[in-house]
Amino acid sequence: MLAAGDDARIIAGGQTLVPLMAMRLARPKRLIDIARISDLAFLRQEREGIAIGAITRQCVLERAAVVRVAVPLLAKVMPFVGHAAIRSRGTVGGSLANADPAAEIALVAVTLGATFTYRQGAASAEMPASDFFVGPMMTALPATACLTAVCFPRWRDARIGVGFHEVSARRSDFAFASAAAQVALDDDGVCRRLALGVGAVTACPMRLDTVAKALEGRRVESAVVREAVRAALADIEPLCDLHASADYRRRAATSLAVRAITDACRAAEAAHAR
Amino acid sequence: MRVELIVNGEMRTVEIEPRVSLLDCLRERLLLTGAHAGCEHGVCGACTVLIDGAPARSCLMFAVQADGYAITTIEGVTPGPGELSPIQDAFCETHGMQCGYCTPAMILTAHALLADNPNPTRADIVDAISANICRCTGYAQIVEAIALAAERMRGLNQPARKP
Repeated sequence: MLAAGDDARIIAGGQTLVPLMAMRLARPKRLIDIARISDLAFLRQEREGIAIGAITRQCVLERAAVVRVAVPLLAKVMPFVGHAAIRSRGTVGGSLANADPAAEIALVAVTLGATFTYRQGAASAEMPASDFFVGPMMTALPATACLTAVCFPRWRDARIGVGFHEVSARRSDFAFASAAAQVALDDDGVCRRLALGVGAVTACPMRLDTVAKALEGRRVESAVVREAVRAALADIEPLCDLHASADYRRRAATSLAVRAITDACRAAEAAHAR
Repeated sequence: MRVELIVNGEMRTVEIEPRVSLLDCLRERLLLTGAHAGCEHGVCGACTVLIDGAPARSCLMFAVQADGYAITTIEGVTPGPGELSPIQDAFCETHGMQCGYCTPAMILTAHALLADNPNPTRADIVDAISANICRCTGYAQIVEAIALAAERMRGLNQPARKP
């Protein structure tokens, strides 16, 4: 049906697409409802991580113990995804495929390097999160393809901590800037691994690998964190709108990223004490 | 398209165009006008109904997508004709409303919260109703109403009834 080329869109929870239609920003001629294809609703533990079917509802993720254990950063952001009334219908695949720059699930996917699986006709293919998002509400998913699943990698390190912060006008409204961090420390408190991403700041979520490079292999010190984050965000081109200027977004993202890393490190240290 | 909806415990069959939202279906076809149309793009929360017990925006769902689901509107939360639910009672007592436009959705949101969490903190209540906008800014009394209802429903010594 997608291949027929008559401007059809896929709908599942409708929590991003229907508002766009209400505002006439999207005017599809046909909607293809996939919300009842039960093969696309699953949440399972695999060797490399947690595989989540595209139409799995966000409220399911929010309550799943397996997500808290295997992908703690995803569990951390779930309460920030819309409101309970949005998460009850909104799907994981819908949030990703619509690619709102402020979407928290997309930020985690980019930060942790999730893998997307999609179907095009009878063929199935994969794409890394780093290639998936190309701009605001735009993805590299072929127009005739349907996202079917996403796999979030599980870190096997013993001491993992996560941090997440965002600023928005109202509780759980669209963020002006957000930052997510997941860190693994060794027994001596040395940073073994860091994943840091910022969302809502640029056209799509952005992973800051230079910060990870600056911090991995040493004890995390606040001055180093601040300098690394500042340098990483110095050359980006932030979004700019009525609510938040480009300069504001850069400043906010810098502070939020530092806080997210600090929280993550504190949580990882506490994991040791337990 | 023919759609079967379980509305407030009753099976209702409607013949409806696929483009009609659940909100319009409830209001215009089933004459359940307690679900209110506010922003109609999912922000204000005035159209909130419960779908299988969970709050959802009826303006963001097409009626055909709700086929087979149990839908609770404000008309369905009363224990009997002429009676009010403990949450509705509490809203009356604490004056948890001014113009009343957001009230049905606030009460349904509160029902869902208390069914899940009979002993919510103030922060839990604020978080739950953050999805519902009240432009009379009567939030203080609304929070008070939900806290009062929670206290009374705990006193009933039985789990909150899933509406």
